[in-house]
Amino acid sequence: MRSIITFVAVLSLCVGATALAQTDSVLVDSAGVTPVQPPPAPVTNLQAVDTDNDHGHSITLTWDLSVDDGKGQNNVLSYQIFRWFPSLMDQVDSLRGERSNARSTMRAFRSDIPRAEHALNELREDPGKLESIRFEVSIPADDSAFVLTTDYAITALQDTIAVMTARLPEIKDGLEPLQIRFEEALAQLPEAHNQYPNDGDWEYLGAVVAGNTSYENSGSKDFTAPDFFPDYTDLYYRVEAVSADTTLRSEAILVGPVHSSGQWFHTGKIPVLIFVLVFFVLTVLFVQVAKKGKELYVRPLAGIEAVDDAIGRATEMGRPILYVLGLGSADMVATIASFTILGRVAKKVAEYQTPIIVPCYDPIVMAVAQEVVKSSYLDAGRPDDYDEDAVHFVTNLQFAYVAAVNGTMLRELPATNIYMGKFFAESLLLAETGALAGSIQIAGTDEIAQIPFFIVACDYTLIGEELYAASAYLGREPILLGSLKAQDWAKAAIVIIAIVGMLTTAFGWPGFAEAFHVSG
Amino acid sequence: MNIFDKMMSLDRRWVFLFLIVVCVIAYIVPFEVPIIVEPEVRSIFNFIDTLPKGAIMFIPLDYDPGSMAELHPMTWAIVEQCWRKELKVLMTALSQNGPGMADQALRDIADSMLVEKTYNGVTYPPREIINGIDYCFLGYKPYPSMVMLAMGQNFRLPFPLDYYGVPLDSLPMMQGVNNFDDIAGAVNISGTNSTDYWISYAQGRFNFPLAIGVTGVSTAQYYPYLGSGQIFGIMGGMLGAAEYEELADNPGNAKDSMRIQLAAHLVIIGFVIIGNVGYFMNRRQKKRMQREGR
Amino acid sequence: MKQQFPRLLVLVFGAFLLFQFFMPHEKSEWLYEYLLDWIIIIGIFALAIGIWSLIRVHVDKIKNKKIGWQYSYVTLAGLVGFIVFGFTIRNGAEWGWYFPFVLSVVGMFLMIIQAMASRAKVAMFAGLAGVFALTALLIGIFDKAFSFHFATSEGLQAYMFVHSFDFILIPIFATMFSLLAFFIASAAYRAFRARSIMATLLLLSAIIVMLRFNPYLEPVFGSYISQTSSWLMNVPNLAAQRAIVMGVGLGIVATGLKVILGIERKYMG
Repeated sequence: MRSIITFVAVLSLCVGATALAQTDSVLVDSAGVTPVQPPPAPVTNLQAVDTDNDHGHSITLTWDLSVDDGKGQNNVLSYQIFRWFPSLMDQVDSLRGERSNARSTMRAFRSDIPRAEHALNELREDPGKLESIRFEVSIPADDSAFVLTTDYAITALQDTIAVMTARLPEIKDGLEPLQIRFEEALAQLPEAHNQYPNDGDWEYLGAVVAGNTSYENSGSKDFTAPDFFPDYTDLYYRVEAVSADTTLRSEAILVGPVHSSGQWFHTGKIPVLIFVLVFFVLTVLFVQVAKKGKELYVRPLAGIEAVDDAIGRATEMGRPILYVLGLGSADMVATIASFTILGRVAKKVAEYQTPIIVPCYDPIVMAVAQEVVKSSYLDAGRPDDYDEDAVHFVTNLQFAYVAAVNGTMLRELPATNIYMGKFFAESLLLAETGALAGSIQIAGTDEIAQIPFFIVACDYTLIGEELYAASAYLGREPILLGSLKAQDWAKAAIVIIAIVGMLTTAFGWPGFAEAFHVSG
Repeated sequence: MNIFDKMMSLDRRWVFLFLIVVCVIAYIVPFEVPIIVEPEVRSIFNFIDTLPKGAIMFIPLDYDPGSMAELHPMTWAIVEQCWRKELKVLMTALSQNGPGMADQALRDIADSMLVEKTYNGVTYPPREIINGIDYCFLGYKPYPSMVMLAMGQNFRLPFPLDYYGVPLDSLPMMQGVNNFDDIAGAVNISGTNSTDYWISYAQGRFNFPLAIGVTGVSTAQYYPYLGSGQIFGIMGGMLGAAEYEELADNPGNAKDSMRIQLAAHLVIIGFVIIGNVGYFMNRRQKKRMQREGR
Repeated sequence: MKQQFPRLLVLVFGAFLLFQFFMPHEKSEWLYEYLLDWIIIIGIFALAIGIWSLIRVHVDKIKNKKIGWQYSYVTLAGLVGFIVFGFTIRNGAEWGWYFPFVLSVVGMFLMIIQAMASRAKVAMFAGLAGVFALTALLIGIFDKAFSFHFATSEGLQAYMFVHSFDFILIPIFATMFSLLAFFIASAAYRAFRARSIMATLLLLSAIIVMLRFNPYLEPVFGSYISQTSSWLMNVPNLAAQRAIVMGVGLGIVATGLKVILGIERKYMG
């Protein structure tokens, strides 16, 4: 039934497509009304500016309150905002509506025609299928005694198919000229706005309640959207103060022309930029220091130191090592850190000639992990030992993945399980099964909710950022240690700034904390 | 091995067995657990309860069958409350197995609306729920953060058609509904980390009232957002769902399961105590033996 | 060259995305969205590679008769079966030759797998695969009880797909998830031991938080347990979480910079 209703509705829309409804303002001729009390005073100092730090398509209006807002006659209830639209805008809206209707009708017909034909064939072959066909037949709405028969359904379906088949090429042919007219009208919009105040009208945009002094008029950047807002076009606005009796309104204050446009730099994000730059400088500095051969101390991490022992244990026992990269995608930092650790582990594994199993959840992660393991075998001088199926895809369904990995644990009984990356509800399911299989387990994740599970079920756990730092620990390369040192200094700076911010705010000087405010 | 050693190192299969036995008994024996409602759940109920008729409530469901037991009752209670209050429901499912869950929930709840029911002393007549008028289910699209940003511009960008293949423009409910500006509020019910995206990408950028329903294990993670005002309510796990059912006077699976959860918690606490008693007694015994040996 | 070019790409795109964060302009937005589209496209191709990897691993298992090799057939049959269910829709109330069709497609696939895994009789399995393929083709052409649909919305409504999801996948996943309760119980039993002062504090906190929602304790302890547990959640728990979040945030920036600058490059192999 829904198909027919949709069809009829869309058909009628196609035949008589009209412009999208836009509420025209009712401009009151104050001369014709004899108000009991005088209208409120207008707003003052009305300004319209391009909205800051955005992609364009937005204008912000600001004004000073009417003298009758909250004082004076105290009769302002709201401020109404109007924008001047050239009449070409109606044409653009109407063409947009026609275009969108034509497209949706085409889409509907294309899926409905084969379905209706199929239903027709079914009915012709077996009239008993009237109740089960997958295309609903239109029935007369005004006849309550109507009984649907197979003959009626066949005729109705034939008619429907005939109408749809006849209309489809018409609509398709009409679409291109419609698109051209639409684009032409769009291109003329800035010129039409230049004609202000000729050939256009004021339209109501919205209202803000009394006491407010700003309004943001924004819209879509997509010219096919009904709320499209043109950039680089002369726009004119009008604000009126309105009392409870809407006929009682202030003189309209006009502002314009004003253009909207996008900004190339977001000034609200300056603190972030400064921090990134400082961090960048620190990193380069410490890397240079490390390169010069200065010994940099880093606190030992038990989890990292256990990796080598765990690989040794696996070699002694003659059992494989299972490395789980988690459920993260390749663009997540936890997964990237995990690749680095996998590289080190795989190199050691290659040296000791111990098998490694890496079941993957994400195909992209699998492709990267294969490269990482392969090159580690190459680095270790044992490219021939690399087994391409060691790193393999399992599934990207969470619990199916758990079942598969748990199965591997119980069958292969790996000596060591290493879980590094993003983990969710599966963390404990994996780690407990690993404990059951008697494996030594080392885990690391930045997913806070899962850290406790790993801590209780694994022998060693890297908490949060320790996972990211692991590569520097494992490699002990000066460059990586230098970047780690920069990270520690940045952290110290953040702690100091946070404490200073707390103290200054507590002592009544919030300016310091506000200087770090990031917007957008 | 003495009794205390045994208490310390019980085979985990005994723990499993005892837990399942207690859960089954709690399931069979009917007793009702009183529910204490937390303010963070009450705020969600009050928000929906005070919305005017016809307002649109956005309910993104992002969970898989795995977390169904905890989260499905939330969906049920909230959607039924919305429909009984004659609100409209807009739904998406941005987790891979979510569409099946959402579709099933919508069908089942629509069926239950065909019966007259009384909630909190108010009798609601039976009502037929019609797709496109009372609800619109947009379906699934991969890459949730990008879908949310696109929805912030217009729902039609990521979802030109609804889940059932009907263009959004032809649905009566979606007339004039373009983006998050046109919804009254949202409750994200999620078993994945999509809640992070809903908070930072959708609410953070488009600023609409957002509440969340999450699994018990990740509830603690989201309390900071409640404190900062980025979300106005939080339902945590089965208990959160039971509290909501209690408020909505619509007892369902969650409230029914509270006795099982309570029993399971007590079993866990019991085992922790047994382990610790064993540990202490064992230590004391060892110390005594050391003293005697000396 | 093999390493330098990808590193250059990482530098260019990484730096662009870093600057894009500070550029709200429409043109930078457009470029950003364009790059995101590429991620989706690459993801789809990667899925094909993933499925190929899955098939290879299972062929290898069957070939070498590794432990549980029989289950590989089940996995591969499930893979093909679900794809067929997703693309075919029953047209009326009758099933017609639908199930023989599904079995033929699955049979064809398994025979191909068998041919890949066998050291002998390859031709025989290839022939059988052909027979199954022909059967499936004939049923597909002549049986009108079902038809093929390639739109996602149609596929998600297919009877077999929906019912397999509702009655097979949902119970299996729910079972897997519910195992968590048992594992939590056993992990808690083993981990919560008052071995030191810190461990004792952790143990006490855990018990208080678990008892928080026990309504029967309300008359005995009043709101003491509830208040203590709220304090535990909102003060020590939150403070620790925020510390970890800050560390993680900084670590993400650091790793991001290391990747962009080429300091961290092990992930590239």
